[in-house]
Amino acid sequence: MISVLTIAGYGLREALRRKVFAVVLLLTAAFLGLFWLANHFVFENLANVGPPSGIDARTFAGAFMFGLAMFGTLFLGVVLAIFLTIGVVRGDAERGLLQPLIVRPVGRATLLVSRWLGAVAVCAPYVGAVYIGTMLITGLTGHWWPDHVVIPGVELAAGVALVAALSLLGSIFLTSTANGIAVFMIFGAGLVTGLLGTIGHALNSLSLSHAASIAAWLIPFEGLYQDALREITADTTGLTGFLLTLGPFGGGYTGGPGLRLWAIAYLVIVGVVATLAFSRRDL
Amino acid sequence: MTPALEVRGLAKRYGAVEALAGVDLVVGEGELVGLLGPNGAGKSTLVKIACGLVRPTRGEATICGLSAGSHEARRKLGYLAELFRFPGWYSADEVLHLHQKLSGSAGGAQERHELLELVGLTDARDRRVEEMSKGMQQRLGVAQALVGSPPLLLLDEPTSALDPVGRRTVRTLLEELRRRGTSVLLNSHLLSEIELVCDRVAILLDGRLVTEGSPAELARPRGVEVETDEGTRLFEGKSRDDVPALVAELVAAGRKVYGVRVLTSTLEETYLEAVGGATS
Repeated sequence: MISVLTIAGYGLREALRRKVFAVVLLLTAAFLGLFWLANHFVFENLANVGPPSGIDARTFAGAFMFGLAMFGTLFLGVVLAIFLTIGVVRGDAERGLLQPLIVRPVGRATLLVSRWLGAVAVCAPYVGAVYIGTMLITGLTGHWWPDHVVIPGVELAAGVALVAALSLLGSIFLTSTANGIAVFMIFGAGLVTGLLGTIGHALNSLSLSHAASIAAWLIPFEGLYQDALREITADTTGLTGFLLTLGPFGGGYTGGPGLRLWAIAYLVIVGVVATLAFSRRDL
Repeated sequence: MTPALEVRGLAKRYGAVEALAGVDLVVGEGELVGLLGPNGAGKSTLVKIACGLVRPTRGEATICGLSAGSHEARRKLGYLAELFRFPGWYSADEVLHLHQKLSGSAGGAQERHELLELVGLTDARDRRVEEMSKGMQQRLGVAQALVGSPPLLLLDEPTSALDPVGRRTVRTLLEELRRRGTSVLLNSHLLSEIELVCDRVAILLDGRLVTEGSPAELARPRGVEVETDEGTRLFEGKSRDDVPALVAELVAAGRKVYGVRVLTSTLEETYLEAVGGATS
């Protein structure tokens, strides 16, 4: 346990010293400022918002703006997670940082778990803070609040934790640059398939929806994000509820408890594969 | 007595490259063994296998009787890699503190102070690694390897970035370790250093152990040089034991003997002979 905390703290301190936090906090402040500005203008001129007929303009604008904020939150969280983990194994080994640590009696699996926990300890509170911040901005500016508050935030944080795990796995095989590119591409592919699912839902295309559903299960961080989007308007019924799911931040795909369980199993599988691969890697 | 390090039939292949081709080597308790060889001979690979950083293709390595790479074996060793780096934002004291926690050392501040003193970094206790010279970092690396007083030290080129004073510091340190009974496997290209401090020397070439012995054993006799009134003569094949008889013979023959020098090959000559001038 001491080793886990020591290495997690080591990773945390590395992030602090590499000014990752400073950059992220700066970007976040800019993001929140711009988001407040957008909310201010949208809700100040709500009459100018023209939602599809039959939809309440405030609900439409609120769900849309907060859905956009959730995308931004996920993106910033993923950027942070990737930068904290892209070089943990191969990158650090090439720089000679890893060897002095790994010869200590801590075990390679412990090192991986510790670095993941260190990354999650940073990313999850960060995602939670940005999520709550954007929710407060939307709520206080536009007087619209999501139907469910806790689950979407947890799902976003869990999605980021999954990306951190994938990035750690990639760091065993790839150089830091190649790993960063690979994980960002997977993240991008996930977002595209999510949009594909929304389009499939709007067009009532079972094939597209099915393809998006498969992709959401293959890379469950995307499924969790979609589920989180769905959760914020889960209790909105009727035409408003239906039409909201058609938008780009509508969360057309519903994963439910099965997806959440799969996300946990997926994390375990990624962890086991990473541990096995790392145990066989020459450094 | 269980050796500090024992490797038997150790082989390692990286794709088509055979880094080690069946090496047997023992480092006894309290013994200081120097590992020599040209670049690519397999020295670092051997050390990395002993540390558990690299898996052997075949053969086995044990640390104090424990399988190399195991949790228990790693408790018994300290390691300084040839290419290593500590996070630049850590101070010297923090680096040692980190390794104390990871190795489970209960030495506390007293141990850290002693180690920094041992490598001549007492004044740099709070200096960040990024503000240290390469030589200071290397000395800090040696101190880090000593955290927890492991019975075996594996040092891969510990003096490569050091100036003569730094080398002297490390040499003194190695002598102190020998006094304390710590076993050391020392990888180095500096033959004079190996010759001065090591009990035994092993020379690797192309992944094979080609020569092994004490520096004295490896420094073979090359003859006796005698300076007489007729000039200097070399008596090849003669050794120190032959000197009295040789001098008596010359004097009996009416020669005046002014000086006698027993010639032995240096470790460098033995090394060059063993590796055949190989380098890469």
